[in-house]
Amino acid sequence: MPEAGEKSILSGEQIRRALNRIAHEILERNGGAGELLLVGVRTRGVPLAQRLGELVLAIEGEPVPVGSLDVTLYRDDVHLRGLLPLEATDLPVSVTNRRVVLVDDVLFTGRTVRAAMDAVMDLGRPMKVQLAALIDRGHRDLPIRADYVGKNIPSALSEDIRVRLVETDGVDEAVILRREGAPLRAGR
Amino acid sequence: MTSIRPAQEPQTAVAPFSAQMAEPAVAVWRQRHLLDLDAVSPEEIRTVLRSAKAMKAMLQREVKKAPTLRGRTVVTLFAEPSTRTRVSFETAGKLLSADVINLSGGGSSAEKGESLVDTALTLQAAAADVLVMRHSHSGAPYLAASRLERTAVINAGDGWHAHPTQGLLDLFTIEERLGGVEGKRVVIVGDVAHSRVARSDLWGLCKMGARPVLCGPPTLMPWDLLKRRHVDGGHPFGAVDVETDINRALEGADVVMPLRLQKERMGAGLLPSVREYARLWQVNQERLARHCPHAVVMHPGPMNEGVEISSDAAHGAASAVEEQVTNGLAVRMALLLILAAPRGGDHD
Repeated sequence: MPEAGEKSILSGEQIRRALNRIAHEILERNGGAGELLLVGVRTRGVPLAQRLGELVLAIEGEPVPVGSLDVTLYRDDVHLRGLLPLEATDLPVSVTNRRVVLVDDVLFTGRTVRAAMDAVMDLGRPMKVQLAALIDRGHRDLPIRADYVGKNIPSALSEDIRVRLVETDGVDEAVILRREGAPLRAGR
Repeated sequence: MTSIRPAQEPQTAVAPFSAQMAEPAVAVWRQRHLLDLDAVSPEEIRTVLRSAKAMKAMLQREVKKAPTLRGRTVVTLFAEPSTRTRVSFETAGKLLSADVINLSGGGSSAEKGESLVDTALTLQAAAADVLVMRHSHSGAPYLAASRLERTAVINAGDGWHAHPTQGLLDLFTIEERLGGVEGKRVVIVGDVAHSRVARSDLWGLCKMGARPVLCGPPTLMPWDLLKRRHVDGGHPFGAVDVETDINRALEGADVVMPLRLQKERMGAGLLPSVREYARLWQVNQERLARHCPHAVVMHPGPMNEGVEISSDAAHGAASAVEEQVTNGLAVRMALLLILAAPRGGDHD
């Protein structure tokens, strides 16, 4: 359940439906599961990618490789984020000649996606790179858009969006809240 | 990853992982410099080892380079000969896209009489973000660090005192080979008294709960430990055992680490002869097979094959010597990321 000061924007059931639709869209857009590689961006993109992999298996009867990506080394804001734990990037197959679908929980400035694309390119030469996000909250700093979106949530910069997943947080939900110490009017 | 988090969010707010990601996603590091492992906590050591694991994975891929430290400068200042440590730091910096400048004792202003502190201040003024320093005088990196405000110092070996990155890479190697460090019997054989490697290893091993055993001629053992003055009173090396008989020391060992026997010890009257040393304390296949057939063999290098270690032990199946070099690179990359990545400043 949302905590004090938080407003629910997606319930567990809505997350399940959104992922189900995204799985169908991925298969439709790519003409099946052939050459697909689902890559979760750490942290919460990883369980989302795994769930999409299970959904694709259920729909198509064909397993797809699922991997995880740590983009810390490619970020442009290491200095703003404090010390992040560096985790291993773990892909079961090479990205070369694959249709790579990057999976993340919230699409915001686009900087994480930019870093993820650089990280993928350093691993090989994918046939295509696509992007799936559970939530698109707007406010892009870079010319990036998602190919698959669970839900568009117009938000203010003074607000924060958090996705919680059973695998990482014990519950499935997405909430919006006012950032602590943020001014009432947005502005950076 | 939820995009930008507010700066004031405490680290504990990061949810602990369950299932396949068992460790909490919190990185602990409080040091401004890395001078020795005595001041580094077990949690901080774990932070380095975890990051090093990710770095090692990167070393195995086709493109080994990442842009993380673009625009940062790493200076190596080696006032004492070294190839592997210097090359390891240089490579680590370059793989993370830092600019690396190598200085040696000869050919720099030290030759013209510039003091160590002035050299360090000059390098800081020239925008060095990290100063990697080796010096024949124990404590020299501490002196430099005490005067530097914007440059992080990494001790790459000072006199007989400390070599913390070697200590960390040895912990990494033991953990990778044996799945953990705690409770492992780690036998260090040789000239412990004059070895900065052994000293930093002891700090790391004791902090991570290993059971270190020191072995070698009594003249080359640390006097306090030989006299067992460390066993009570909460001494940080309380877990360390000293055993001058190599056969007893090796019994049941998980790791065996001979140290390089330095030629200058001969002249000091500490040893009768190299041949006698080799006969009594050499780590060789026959001794390993008899006392600890499953032990991992490590060596900080460079090796004197035929003296402290036999060729068959140095290159046998149990040897991790080459891996140590790769692991050293991964550990130094992790440290440069931790110490050179700029932090703080204004947010948003």
